[in-house]
Amino acid sequence: MNRRISLPLTQDAAMSLHMGDNVLLSGIVYTARDAAHERMTRQLAEGVPIPFDTCDAVIYYVGPSPAKPGRIIGSAGPTTAGRMDRWAPQLLSLGVRGMIGKGKRSPEVIEAIRKYHGIYFGAIGGAGALLAKHIVKSEPVAYEDLGPEAVRRLTVKDFPVTVIIDCDGNDLHESGRSLYLSGR
Amino acid sequence: MREIDVSIVTEAVERMCISSNLHLPKDVQEKLLELRELEDGEIARSILDRIIENYTLAAEEQTPICQDTGMACVFLEIGQEVHFTGGGLYDAVNEGVRRGYTKGYLRKSVEADPVRRGNTGDNTPALITTDIVPGDRVKITVAPKGFGSENMSALKMLKPSEGLDGIRDFILKTVECAGPNPCPPIIVGVGIGGNFDHVALLAKKALLRPAGSRNPDPFYASLEDELLSEINGLGIGPQGFGGRTTALGVNIETLPTHIAGMPCAVNISCHVTRHETEVI
Repeated sequence: MNRRISLPLTQDAAMSLHMGDNVLLSGIVYTARDAAHERMTRQLAEGVPIPFDTCDAVIYYVGPSPAKPGRIIGSAGPTTAGRMDRWAPQLLSLGVRGMIGKGKRSPEVIEAIRKYHGIYFGAIGGAGALLAKHIVKSEPVAYEDLGPEAVRRLTVKDFPVTVIIDCDGNDLHESGRSLYLSGR
Repeated sequence: MREIDVSIVTEAVERMCISSNLHLPKDVQEKLLELRELEDGEIARSILDRIIENYTLAAEEQTPICQDTGMACVFLEIGQEVHFTGGGLYDAVNEGVRRGYTKGYLRKSVEADPVRRGNTGDNTPALITTDIVPGDRVKITVAPKGFGSENMSALKMLKPSEGLDGIRDFILKTVECAGPNPCPPIIVGVGIGGNFDHVALLAKKALLRPAGSRNPDPFYASLEDELLSEINGLGIGPQGFGGRTTALGVNIETLPTHIAGMPCAVNISCHVTRHETEVI
């Protein structure tokens, strides 16, 4: 069963989600990966605000391939979330509610997810052509000099994700594996 | 002596950069379909279905299979009777990468400096490996390699006393530690022997072998089988959500080594393991 969730992601909506839930997201997500995270947090320390409204925002860890003429975006699957662990707790503390990526998160990020009632969603890594079909609009926001690492505002429709880490800190990467092995 | 104008190399590299990013190799497709039928995890099966749907859609719509269209690893097997004309060979390869990644709307993922960063804007330079072989042909393989899986690779200078168990243990630990990060199901390229630098290249070259192929030496072929079955017993599964299908294959390549050593390199590649070859 898929649950449909509208973005921005409110605290109530986040708290209603559980590890392993398949969710279809619709609304706005912001793209940011390594270089954008580094710049956002460095500039914030210098007094420059984050280039988008962080309240209940969802960040999609993605560096899409360029759009062909007539297309909205190129291939757009998730990148490894763990590389953003260094900056994620700070962004969660600023109101970011959700993150979309793939792969493991650090204990510090899991703790911040619990503390700020966040959600870590997983999209299928390597399924960039399929996921791009769920992106209906793509607009530049900041750091265009970073090329594929620029911050973009994407409008997604029924974007398929799975809850990897829920507000209680349950982690599908831990439980999914043991559940599978115990059920064999 | 056969003369080959390097512009032919440029054209071949350009063609393969684009094509390999849109079309998953048949051997990888076949393995995914085969293991989809063997998968006994429910979530795992649905993820494999999506992965299959994705590569099908990529070819139909001419959208890259994965947004990480990789660093262009280019392997040249050059016949020693060949004389290249019309410019530098490596310049020609890089021109092919530049054109392919630009015309093909592929992502430019190369940073000019590893520490100070800065995107080169055209995905060059390529990572070029040359081998000189007998004959007058040139075999070019383009293998775009993504870094989600590259980052989970490892190299260890094992000692001879650690034996086969040491090798087995290192490979399994590397895969287990990688867990969900390299986009499983993965292909595991293993190099054993040589020295520090050659063993890493060997592991990379092992990934060029078709998924499901076997090392011609029965000893290593059976080690490949054993390791594949042990890896698929770890329960990591597609995307690391639990399941049987953690790896599509384990490809081992070896080289003679020093009396004091037994180097081992594990190069992990995701389910979007791309490679294409043309012979000039």
